[in-house]
Amino acid sequence: MTYAAQALDSFAALGDPTRRAIFEEVAARPASVGALAARLPVSRPAVSQHLKVLKAAGLVRDEPEGTRRIYRLDLRGIAAMRDWLDRHWDGALDAFADFADREHDRENRP
Amino acid sequence: MSIAPIVRTVTVRQPPDRAFDLFTARIGDSWPRQQSLGPGELASVSLEPRVGGRWREHKVDGSEATFGDVLAWEPPHRLLLAWRIDAAFQYDPALTTEVEVRFDAIDEGTRVTLEHRNLERFGSDAPRIAELLGGGWPTTLAHFADFTATTA
Repeated sequence: MTYAAQALDSFAALGDPTRRAIFEEVAARPASVGALAARLPVSRPAVSQHLKVLKAAGLVRDEPEGTRRIYRLDLRGIAAMRDWLDRHWDGALDAFADFADREHDRENRP
Repeated sequence: MSIAPIVRTVTVRQPPDRAFDLFTARIGDSWPRQQSLGPGELASVSLEPRVGGRWREHKVDGSEATFGDVLAWEPPHRLLLAWRIDAAFQYDPALTTEVEVRFDAIDEGTRVTLEHRNLERFGSDAPRIAELLGGGWPTTLAHFADFTATTA
């Protein structure tokens, strides 16, 4: 999957307000399903389901800690964002140079 | 910690004042159409010519989304923009990552240099980056990101 496609997946994953609230909680501090369910008006199974989607979108990751799993922000999201911007500015500046040169040629046409 | 900024340079056959004008007033004329923030076909991009002016994209259906705003407006040599789209592709007014564009006169016209910096602000727990780098993460991460410890 390309980073751009992953970014679009991330965008779609955060379209749900409950899921975004869960993501923001996890981004603020690592937490278990139980802790998230206690802090938000969402059932444990629903929290689990939302975390599954966030994980698939590359936004959070989990690791075992004793008998629980702790969810935290996936920093690959930052790397994906930087890569997206890298491609974005590459394309945008090349397109700008082409545009500016075309304008120059048009303005200086004999 | 900081993440290396993105720096891009192009040369155009225009004097700096004209290059600045084309980059700002007509930003929508060269902005890549496939680089849109959300669903919906992109119609144009606009930049209001003043400090505090909004930098937005406009969709074909009439809706719009904000990238950020103008932090410094110094024609013909410098433009400083705030890019406030976070790593989840959401507009966050509290997030400031700077995009500086410089227009320097050269014999052929103008050298346009764009630098997008403060990228570490996309992550709310940046100190964990070091741990991740030490944990066998993809080498591409190390390839394009230069993590520098601020030990001051």
